[in-house]
Amino acid sequence: MELDFSVVIEYFPRLLTGTWMTIKLVLLSIVLGALVALPIALARISKNWLISGVPFAFIFFFRGTPLLVQIFLVYYGASQFEAVRESFMWPILREPFWCAIIAFTLNTSAYTAEIFRGAIQAIPEGEVEACKVIGMTKAQMYRRILLPRAFGIVLPAYGNEIILMLKASALASTITLLDLTGMARTIIARTYTPIEIFLAAGGIYLVISILVIYIFRQVEKRQNRYLGTLSIKVPDKG
Amino acid sequence: MNMKKLALTSAVVLTAAVSSVSVNAADTVRIATEGAWAPFNYIDDSGKPQGFDVDIAWALCEKMEADCKVVTQDWDGLIPGLKVRKFDAIIASMSITEERLRQVDFTNKYYSGGLRFLAPKGKEFNLEELDGKVIGAQRATLAAQYLEDNFMGKSDLKFYDTQDSVYLDLISGRLDIVLSDELPTYDWLKTSGNGDKFEFKGKSFKKEDEIGIAVRKGDDLKEKFNKALDEIMEDGTYQKINAKYFPFSIY
Repeated sequence: MELDFSVVIEYFPRLLTGTWMTIKLVLLSIVLGALVALPIALARISKNWLISGVPFAFIFFFRGTPLLVQIFLVYYGASQFEAVRESFMWPILREPFWCAIIAFTLNTSAYTAEIFRGAIQAIPEGEVEACKVIGMTKAQMYRRILLPRAFGIVLPAYGNEIILMLKASALASTITLLDLTGMARTIIARTYTPIEIFLAAGGIYLVISILVIYIFRQVEKRQNRYLGTLSIKVPDKG
Repeated sequence: MNMKKLALTSAVVLTAAVSSVSVNAADTVRIATEGAWAPFNYIDDSGKPQGFDVDIAWALCEKMEADCKVVTQDWDGLIPGLKVRKFDAIIASMSITEERLRQVDFTNKYYSGGLRFLAPKGKEFNLEELDGKVIGAQRATLAAQYLEDNFMGKSDLKFYDTQDSVYLDLISGRLDIVLSDELPTYDWLKTSGNGDKFEFKGKSFKKEDEIGIAVRKGDDLKEKFNKALDEIMEDGTYQKINAKYFPFSIY
């Protein structure tokens, strides 16, 4: 079977429109997700079960169920109820874009909260003790030392989460959104050239991933400058 | 994602009763249907594909004395799957269109379709001009293509993976109006319990829409299917199957 890449050129503008939708979805849900994740992570660290219980359940649910199921629950599930359709929430919930944002945000915030928690707990005990010895309050300690330190630790894992989110955003196409995948499928419905169009779409995803990786590498370099360049000294013989 | 789905669904191969004549395994005709287009093709409670298309498929296999398998595949992966030999024929209420004829061959028609608008009762529409309205249809169907050709840029078009999702969003009120094939929607209005709230708007059109069986280009299966089609039309098998689903002839 021969491939015809002229369709890629013909439909490239439409693929770019889809790309823009994908970028909007990912950016918005990543930013909102991080904002939701921080308090969840802090509450999750608490040794008091009354505080850490709800975040634990939240993370457990959103990490333990497929994102597709979560999207369908928000988009098709909620709209089944007359009460939802007549509530003040309906103008938002009737829009597939906001349904996708809600599902993505909740999903990514569960993962991000775990990443944040891990980072905060990875800070050496000695630094926490040092804060206490100096006489910092808990709030001061978090604001001045722990959170900035955690930010440096979190970067590689967090960059990873953004790339996972980028790929997961393809599921938005199942609720009529014309993101990159949705647009590709709509084009294929007309041209019947799945290999060519999906290759092009895959290429665009790859380019976005490379950009994300590059940006994170730069931020990481900056944030973790104090670590210096890693060098291994080989002791001289003798 | 689509290719993954495609691989997954073809792995879930659903076999059913085999005709009495035994033939070599190499002669197995793998027939794909969608399984989400009641009453033409749907998955019954036990997970087997059923419906008009499936009945026709078995009737044709019996006449062809072929060993058949009916598999299900998501709608927009049907033609790609046929081309890469995941299966040998598509009997899934597929309209014979020029675009599709460039990709595959079609047998003679085995029934005729037609499009018709569907909307809540009591709402009036000017069907020539649906500016600003939210119109829904299933992706990669004749209805979707008609909407793209006639309402693109004027109305808000929404395309779904299955017809069931289209109905769900019509009920929820996200869609003002739906364009779909008349016959399955006729069945939906009758059997889904939503007939009191929704109704057809305007007359059906695109009546020249012919539904055929898709096979790979140049495959001699086409002639075998055509011969078998003639036979079931002649001996009354077709009419029996037709009567099982519709009180009028859909040929």
